[in-house]
Amino acid sequence: MLDRILSLIWKEFLAVLKDSKSRISILMPPIIQLLIFTQAATLDVKNVPIGILNRDTGEQSIELVQRFYGTPFFSKIVFLETVDEIKPFMDEQKGVMVVSIDEQFSRNLDQGKKGDVQVILDGRKSNTAQILSGYTASIIEQYNNEEAAYGEVKQQNAKLFPRFWFNPNLLYTWYNIPSLVATLSMLACLVVTTQSIARERELGTFDQLLVSPLIPFEILVGKVVPGIVIGMLEGLFLMVVGLYFYQVPFTGSPLLFLLSLFMFVFSISGVGLFISALSKTQQQAMLGTFVFMLPSVLLSGFATPIENMPTWLQPITFIIPLRYMLFICKGIFLKATDPLIVLNHIWPMALIGIFNIVGAGLFFKRRIQ
Amino acid sequence: MDLDHLRIGLVMEETSPDARSLAQSFTDSRYFDVKVVRDRRELSEDMAKGNIRGFVVIPSYFSDFRNRPNKIAPIQVIADGSETNTANFVQFYAQGAFAQWLQEEAISSGLKGLPQIRMVSRVWYNEQLESRYFLLSGALAIIMTLIGTLLTALVISREWERGTMESMLSTPMTRGELIIGKVIPYFFLGLFSMAICVVISVLFYGLPFRGGYFVLLLVSSVFLFCSMGLGLMISTLAKQQMIAYQVALVTGFLPAYILSGFLFEIYSMPEWIQGITFLIPARYFVQSLQTLFLVGNVWPVILWDIGFMILIGFVFFAITVHKTVKRLE
Repeated sequence: MLDRILSLIWKEFLAVLKDSKSRISILMPPIIQLLIFTQAATLDVKNVPIGILNRDTGEQSIELVQRFYGTPFFSKIVFLETVDEIKPFMDEQKGVMVVSIDEQFSRNLDQGKKGDVQVILDGRKSNTAQILSGYTASIIEQYNNEEAAYGEVKQQNAKLFPRFWFNPNLLYTWYNIPSLVATLSMLACLVVTTQSIARERELGTFDQLLVSPLIPFEILVGKVVPGIVIGMLEGLFLMVVGLYFYQVPFTGSPLLFLLSLFMFVFSISGVGLFISALSKTQQQAMLGTFVFMLPSVLLSGFATPIENMPTWLQPITFIIPLRYMLFICKGIFLKATDPLIVLNHIWPMALIGIFNIVGAGLFFKRRIQ
Repeated sequence: MDLDHLRIGLVMEETSPDARSLAQSFTDSRYFDVKVVRDRRELSEDMAKGNIRGFVVIPSYFSDFRNRPNKIAPIQVIADGSETNTANFVQFYAQGAFAQWLQEEAISSGLKGLPQIRMVSRVWYNEQLESRYFLLSGALAIIMTLIGTLLTALVISREWERGTMESMLSTPMTRGELIIGKVIPYFFLGLFSMAICVVISVLFYGLPFRGGYFVLLLVSSVFLFCSMGLGLMISTLAKQQMIAYQVALVTGFLPAYILSGFLFEIYSMPEWIQGITFLIPARYFVQSLQTLFLVGNVWPVILWDIGFMILIGFVFFAITVHKTVKRLE
């Protein structure tokens, strides 16, 4: 029995790796993804062009504008001349924010009133807009504080000290790499498993497999193993690159990580098998992959924290393997998470995997009889 | 992506009136759901598990330091750096709650405020900063890429893989007819699903639509033309569906997701990646969609986007036709 399974696995690997085009198409994507993802997928906001309209000629407004110039966040500043220029500037997305200082600004400040600085943000990019507004608020607050320090007024003797745990410098790559290890190994594993059966079926060779001495269980194992191996290799490759090339820390236990990665790709290949059991052509298999993958990525907590999703959506996240793996990856890489907590996130993945493989097996069985 | 009700902890090492009023300003903030404890050790496990995204520490010497002239009372705000974006927001909102408290303190203690600059912000186009407004337009672009590039990528490679391509080529059909015939159904499929998505977004999600429907049709058709060009090109170059699929993923789907600017800010990317984004049709489509939904018919933006998409589409189609002809000789 082992013999038969091994030769089927060998055949699967040959099918994937035999010609150079398909070898490249398996090996290149992870590298490209890693390069582009880690560089591009940053929610940091910097170098965003902004506009400044200063209609005031007093020294305070010039001082304030200088401060905008001085921060590293705003490297491209466009000076607007009139109020009428604001609308086209914003409409055509020449910048994401306009800071507008009116004529009364320094006069108001001199008279001891409050000087208003109007900040107009582009709601088309709500994330960027919020972060820019945060930067602007801190520039203005700093100005206020320093002014207050000049005037001899009793100050508020309290101050906030921001600190970041697990990622002290708040580097984006530290967040990206662990998430990518999970997401990209899922992608690789899914592509291999979903396409393999669908292709056999489309080419008509699946029937030949069925009449061979292999029992359905052996066929399933033979189809699952290559996906698991390729998914794990991709995950480990990304991990090694992350650790040595991007210097991401690894605080947890490597053995536990291997176990989680295995359980994760196991559950994903279970899902992949199920998808390919349902589909007759490769096109259908591909669509099925997307129907599974898009919600997985969106609901896993990759882009937005799960607790901020609508309440009715949150229970759905429990059946998404990626959710558990993202937690484990971030935990093991950055947080040195307690092994017990990690184990608590491993068993649901195992459950999902078994459930799907059994389901796929039943489908095949019905087809044979 | 709307980040209100962030779960944070608040460690009150003392309970003087001062400390309590500060705590009040955190618990009152609409951005935070606060869990108040007396000892920071109670929170470290919550942090490790990710149950809270950060915590604020009001130290035991808080009011003592505030009343001494030469001391500044420190308040620590610790955020979970493993969720980088959320961590930023925890700090911003904490800053906001703290500034609010400072102002109230200044008023109640009768401090005559120094002349101060006040920031008045206005958000245009999306007044409530609803992230679903821009996420939906990105989602539309992804769905259209899926249909345009990924489905068409398999169309011709399937014929090659099954060996039916040769018989197609031996019919009196010209190559142009063959390509058009293969592509037209997907074109209408794309427009049809676009229409459904727009109706759902507007009726169900309450997305405003401030542009013209005809302009939307035009922009979507041009985008479909462009992304189908990419799909066809891939499918002509790769004779196997598996390969076509992989290539379409990397060149069509992933860029639409990452490099189109709907999730990640293009300006913040390294310059060489910014250069690549100019070649990504989804970049122009996302920009046009966001503008049409939230702003209106801003012609300079839309014409620019359409122009680029047509240009890119023609390049793809030219390569496709060129390659198809070569095969036959």
